[in-house]
Amino acid sequence: MKPWPAVCPSNCSVRPLAPSPAQLAAWLQSQHTELSTFTHCNLAPSGRGAAPLIQHPASKHAYVAHHQRTEVTRVLGCHSCCRIDMFSKGTKRKFSDDGDEISDESLAGAQVSSSYSLQRQSLLDMSLIKLQLCHMLVEPNLCRSVLIANTVRQIQEEMTHDGTWQVVTETFCGGSQSPSERLVATEVLCRSREQDAEPKLFSVLSYEGCREEEVVTDETLCSVSVSDTASDVCLSESARHCWERDEFVEVDRDDEACESSRLGPGDDDDDDDNDDDEVDEEEESSRVDPKTMGQVFGTFEIKNSAPGPDSALEELFSDVDASYYDLDTMLTGIQSAPKMGPYDLLDSLAPSHGPPSIGSPSNCRSDLNELDHIMEIIVGS
Amino acid sequence: MTPPTPASPSPCTFWLGLGAQISSGFSRLSPPCCVFFAGSDIDTRKINNSFLRDHNYATEADIISTVEFNSTGELLATGDKGGRVVVFQREQESKNQPHRRGEYNVYSTFQSHEPEFDYLKSLEIEEKINKIRWLPQQNAAYFLLSTNDKTVKLWKISERDKRPEGYNLKDEDGRIRDPTTITALRVPVLRPMDLMVEATPRRVFSNAHTYHINSISVNSDYETYMSTDDLRINLWHLEITNRSFNIVDIKPANMEELTEVITAAEFHPNQCNTFVYSSSKGSIRLCDMRAAALCDNHSKFFEEPEDPSNRSFFSEIISSISDVKFSHSGRYLMTRDYLTVKVWDLNMESKPLETYQVHDYLRSKLCSLYENDCIFDKFECVWNGTDSVLMTGSYNNFFRMFDRNTKRDVTLEASRENSKPRAILKPRKVCVGGKRRKDEISVDSLDFSKKILHTAWHPSENIIAVAATNNLYIFQDKVN
Repeated sequence: MKPWPAVCPSNCSVRPLAPSPAQLAAWLQSQHTELSTFTHCNLAPSGRGAAPLIQHPASKHAYVAHHQRTEVTRVLGCHSCCRIDMFSKGTKRKFSDDGDEISDESLAGAQVSSSYSLQRQSLLDMSLIKLQLCHMLVEPNLCRSVLIANTVRQIQEEMTHDGTWQVVTETFCGGSQSPSERLVATEVLCRSREQDAEPKLFSVLSYEGCREEEVVTDETLCSVSVSDTASDVCLSESARHCWERDEFVEVDRDDEACESSRLGPGDDDDDDDNDDDEVDEEEESSRVDPKTMGQVFGTFEIKNSAPGPDSALEELFSDVDASYYDLDTMLTGIQSAPKMGPYDLLDSLAPSHGPPSIGSPSNCRSDLNELDHIMEIIVGS
Repeated sequence: MTPPTPASPSPCTFWLGLGAQISSGFSRLSPPCCVFFAGSDIDTRKINNSFLRDHNYATEADIISTVEFNSTGELLATGDKGGRVVVFQREQESKNQPHRRGEYNVYSTFQSHEPEFDYLKSLEIEEKINKIRWLPQQNAAYFLLSTNDKTVKLWKISERDKRPEGYNLKDEDGRIRDPTTITALRVPVLRPMDLMVEATPRRVFSNAHTYHINSISVNSDYETYMSTDDLRINLWHLEITNRSFNIVDIKPANMEELTEVITAAEFHPNQCNTFVYSSSKGSIRLCDMRAAALCDNHSKFFEEPEDPSNRSFFSEIISSISDVKFSHSGRYLMTRDYLTVKVWDLNMESKPLETYQVHDYLRSKLCSLYENDCIFDKFECVWNGTDSVLMTGSYNNFFRMFDRNTKRDVTLEASRENSKPRAILKPRKVCVGGKRRKDEISVDSLDFSKKILHTAWHPSENIIAVAATNNLYIFQDKVN
C-alpha cells in the first residue's frame, strides 16, 4: 500500500499534503483494510482503532494513521459526512527527548482545529473528485461545476489565510514566491462547453507571478513545465491561438524531456503496470471524451503524457477522464494515469491546454529549452 | 352543494386524492393497472395512438421532468426524460355523473424531442424536456412550447373529429378513381369520425444556445418569448425561427472568471417589458427591455445579505436559486433555493418579504447531500391562483404548502400507498430530535432518491399536479 505523498510541516519532506484526486481515487479502490496510508498532519488521535506506527524515513517524527470515518462538525456546516471510509486521520507523535513519548498536551490542544482542517481538506478532495467525475457522453451541468469550483476556491482561500496553503506552496518553491493570486479552482471552468472553441490558456495564467513548481504536488507528474519567462511569452492573450494548436507538439517534446525524471520513487511500478491499461483506456476514451475532443485542434490531456515512442499520438487521444461510465471504470482510468496533484487535475480539465502542470524544478530548465525550440517552430511557421 | 371556494383555503385542508396516478405517458387505460381513476370506467375515446405500454417498472425515460397547466387549467402537460410530452385534459363535468368531477385523462402523447449528437463536441444532446409553457388559446387548437437543452419547439395540438367523404376524383381509400368510371358529380360532405388528437411541430427554434436551456417564458404580448441558458437569455418572436435577440449575456470574457450562472428567468405576467432572472449566487435581477437592447444592467437587484452565523462552505450552494416565479398579480416574486422559499416584493430589493423553511432539518446534513449530489437538486415552486398559497417539493416524495395569510404550512406525501382514490391525504411530519412519534419519520429515514422537483397548480381551482419521479399525482381540494 503506497503512502500518500505527504509533506512535513517542518520541511522534512517534499511531498504534498493533499492527496491528488487521482491518488485519492486509486487509494479508494485499493483501500479495503482498516489501515490506511498516513497523512502527515498535526492531528489529534481519535483513539479509535489500532494504528501502526510508521516511521517517517526522513525525520524524527512518527506518524500514526487511523482509518476511520471523519465526522464533520458544525464548523463545516454539516453533520455526518462522507460515508466513504477513505479519509484517514493521522497523528503525529512528537518524539520527546527520550524518543518514544507521546505528547498528549500538544495533541489535545490541536484537536478541534485539526479536525476542522481535516474536514476541510476532505471537502476539498471531494470537490475535486466531483469536478473530475463527469458523464462522458453528455455535457456536464455548468451550474453544478461552477458551484463546486466556487467551493474549492473558497476552501483554498481559507487555507491561504490560514497559512496552510502557504505551507504547501512553500515546499515547492522554497518559500521564495508568494502563492498564486488566482486560485486553482478557476481552471475547471475552462472545461469544455465552449462551442466557439475559444482557446483558453487555463492554468498557467492563474499562476502568474509564481513559479509553476508551486502548483505541482507530485514529482511523478509528467507534464509540460513552463518557466515564468516562457509563460509571459506564451500565455499572453495574443499567443493563445498558436499556443494551443501546437501544444501537442510541444507537450510531446516536453514529455520526452521530463520522462526520465518523471517517475518518482515508489511510482515506477504503478506506471509501468498501467501503461498497457492506459493505452487501451486512451483508445477507448478518445471517442467519448467530451472535453478533449471538443476542441477542433485536438485538445488532449497533458497530464496523461506517457512515455514511449507513441507518446505524441497518445497525447492526442489521452485523457484522464477516460470513459467513466461508472466509478470502477473511472478509478481504473485514473489509476492508469500518471500521478498528479489536485491542481494539475484541474488544469487538465480545461479544454485548452496551455502547459498546465509543473514538473519539478529540475525539469524546468530542460523544458525551457524545449519551449524555446518549439516557440521557434511556432513563430517560424 | 357549495362550489369549492377558490379563495385562500388553508393549506391544511385535506386534499382528496383524485386517484389519478399515471405512469408517465404510457399507461394501459383499460383495464387499469398502472392507472386508476376514482371508480369509473376509463374512457379511451381520446387516445388515438396504440402506443401504450404497461409500465410496472420505472425506466429512466419515464421520469417526469416538467409539469404545466395551461392558462385555463383544462389541459395539463408533462414532459419526461425520454423527450415525450403527455397532455391530459380535464373531463367536462356532467350532471349525470357528478362524482366524476373533472378528472384528467390522457389527451395526447407525442415525441417532442429526439436525442441528438453534437458532432463538433462529440457530445450527446439529451432529449429530456426541461420546460413546457402553454401559449394562450386563440383558436380551437392548443399551442405549447417545449424545450430540451438546446432546441425549443412550438407544438400545435388539434382535434379532428370530422372527415370529408365523397370525393369525386378519389375513392375512400385515397386511390385515384378511373375518370371513365365517374358518371355523376357529388359534393363531399363532412362526416363525424372518432376523435383524433394530433400534435404537429409548427416551429423549431434551434442553434441559439451554447449552454443548456433551463427556462422558457412566454411574454404577455403573446408574440415573443425568451429562452434562458446558463449564461445567456435570448428573445424570440414566435413566428421567426431563424433569428433571436440576445438580451442578457453574463459570460465573462475569460471563462476562468466565471463564478455565477443564470438559473431561471421569467417574464412579468402583465408588463411585457419586464423580466427577472435568478443566479446561482442567490440574487435576482429585474430588467427592463426598454432601457437598452442588452439588459446586462439590471433595473433592480434582489439579494438577501448572508447570515454570518450560518456561514459554511455550503452557503453559496444552498443559496443558489433553482426557480423564480412571479405571482399572478405581478406584484410579488417567489424564489426557491435549496432550503427555503422566499417571497419578494418587487418594490423592496434589500430583503425578502417572507421566508419559509422547506426542510431546514437538512441543514445539518449538507455535507452528505453534497456528497451524493442532492444539494444540486433544482426544486420548483408554484403559486396558487390567488397568490395566497405557495407549494414546493421536497424529498421522500413530500411536498409542502405554505399559506401566506395564516402562516400555516403542511407537508403532504405523494405515494402510491397514500393515494387510493378518494383518500384524504394525511399531513406528514419529519422529526428532527430524538423522540419520534408514531407517524413521524426521522430525517435519517428519508429517501433522497424520491424527490418532488416539479409541481403545478391549476390557475383558478385548487387542483395540483405533483410529479414524483415517473408518476404523476393529481390532487384536488376536498369539497363537501
